[in-house]
Parts: sequence; structure tokens; C-alpha cells
Amino acid sequence: MVNKETEPIFWSLFSAGGVVAGLFLPIELLIFGIAIPLEWMHQPSYPALLALVHSPITRIYLFVLCSLPLFHFAHRFRYTLYDGLQIKHLNEVVFACCYGIAILGTVTAGYLLLTM
Amino acid sequence: MSSGQSSAPALAPVHGENEQPQVTYTEFHPRWYRPQISTYWWLGKWPYVKFILRELTSVAVAWTVAVMLMQIFALTHSGAFYDGFEALMALPVMILVNFIAFAFLVFHSVTWFNLAPKAMAVRVGGKRVHGILISGPQYLAWIAVSAIVLFILATRT
Repeated sequence: MVNKETEPIFWSLFSAGGVVAGLFLPIELLIFGIAIPLEWMHQPSYPALLALVHSPITRIYLFVLCSLPLFHFAHRFRYTLYDGLQIKHLNEVVFACCYGIAILGTVTAGYLLLTM
Repeated sequence: MSSGQSSAPALAPVHGENEQPQVTYTEFHPRWYRPQISTYWWLGKWPYVKFILRELTSVAVAWTVAVMLMQIFALTHSGAFYDGFEALMALPVMILVNFIAFAFLVFHSVTWFNLAPKAMAVRVGGKRVHGILISGPQYLAWIAVSAIVLFILATRT
């Protein structure tokens, strides 16, 4: 599946996902995973968040934020397993699992955001 | 047995006790030289450890997306589901995991932005542009994006 022709596609997704993850994910996790649970900032009300997530711009934003970073993960984690654990013989399995997660996440995000 | 074969175990890959190499070695095809590299090869030097830690930031990226997907699912399902999501996030173990994941995410951002000048050799007037002019705007964009997201979420009531 990965050859000279297709590698640039996977690498572009990795690169684009790396930029999106680098710019957007830290603040998202900081707010919802740390700041709100520790009550450093107040929790936005459920109706307010629902209204926010119903706006088309937010939906596109969230879709991009869920999809591209997963393809970044798939590429990078695949090579971590190759280099770190030296399991080149499991090439196909690792490839299928990593990109399987990325596609599953993308489809889930698309489904949730379209059918809300 | 040739004299070459008698010393084979010293250089040949590690085999089991009963497992003998099936190849007959000649002078011109002496032995495979395939040294075994430990799975923990990267623990020896700090730059190697840093490399593996940087590569492992992808796990934190996937984790964050998983949290976001859970949040979107809860949010679009019902208020009770979203209360459940909040309760889950408030668990001490989740806060701890998120702290670690956040540290990895920041490590990804910093290493990613610092890598850009090395990947793009921009030249103006025959001179290579200093790295800070390429990574600098990305840090500014990072701060701006974070401030905007924080502002939007902090002003929801």
C-alpha cells in the first residue's frame, strides 16, 4: 500500500496533521482536560456549548481537528513501532491498525457532526 | 567443517542451542553480518531518548482526539451524557493522564515548529533566512490560536 507513488499522500497527511495538532490540540486539552476539571475556569453551560457546536464553522473546525491529527498519529506511530520495537515483519498489520484508527476516527467525527 | 565455520557463532546472529546455520560458507561469501540491536537501543543517549519521546507524542495526539470524540458524542447526545463526560474528566486519574498528554502535546508543538526551518531552506537574495524567521511566526500563530479558542470558550455562559 505504501510505495513511491502513495508515500507523498501519507506524508502530506502526516505533515498537515502535525501542524493542526501543534497549533490547536494543546489549548483544547488544557481547557477541557485540565482547566475545567480543576475549576481554573468556569464550565460553559450545556446549551451554550450545544449552540456553539451547531454552528457550521465549529463543525468544520472540529472535523478537521479530529481527522488530520489522527493521520499524523498513524504515520508517526507506525514508524515509532518500526524504529523502536524493530517489528518490520508486522508491517502490514501495523499499517492496517494505525490507518484503521485514523479512518474510524474520521468517519465517527463526520457522522457525529453531520447527524447531530 | 572448514576453519571459517568453527568461529561462526562469534559473529553470526544468535541462534538457539540446537539451531545450526544451514548455509555453507565459502571464502567469498563468509558470513552474514547482522548484529542484533537491542529493543532498548534508544535508552543509551539523551538525543535518542528525546527522539523516541518526540515520536511518542503521536500517542498523546490520538488520546486528545479520542477525548474530543467522546466530548462531541456526549454533547450531541444529551445533557445527562455531557454531565457524565464532565464527571469522567474530573476523575483524578483522568486529570493526571491529561497532564501527561498535555506535556507531550507541548513537546510536539515545540519540536514541530523548530523543525520547520530545517525542512524549509528559504533563501532571500542568495542568503538563507534565519530559522527564527520561519519558526517565529508559527509560535505567534500558536499563541493567537490558543488565545482565540480560550476567549471563545471563556465567554460562553
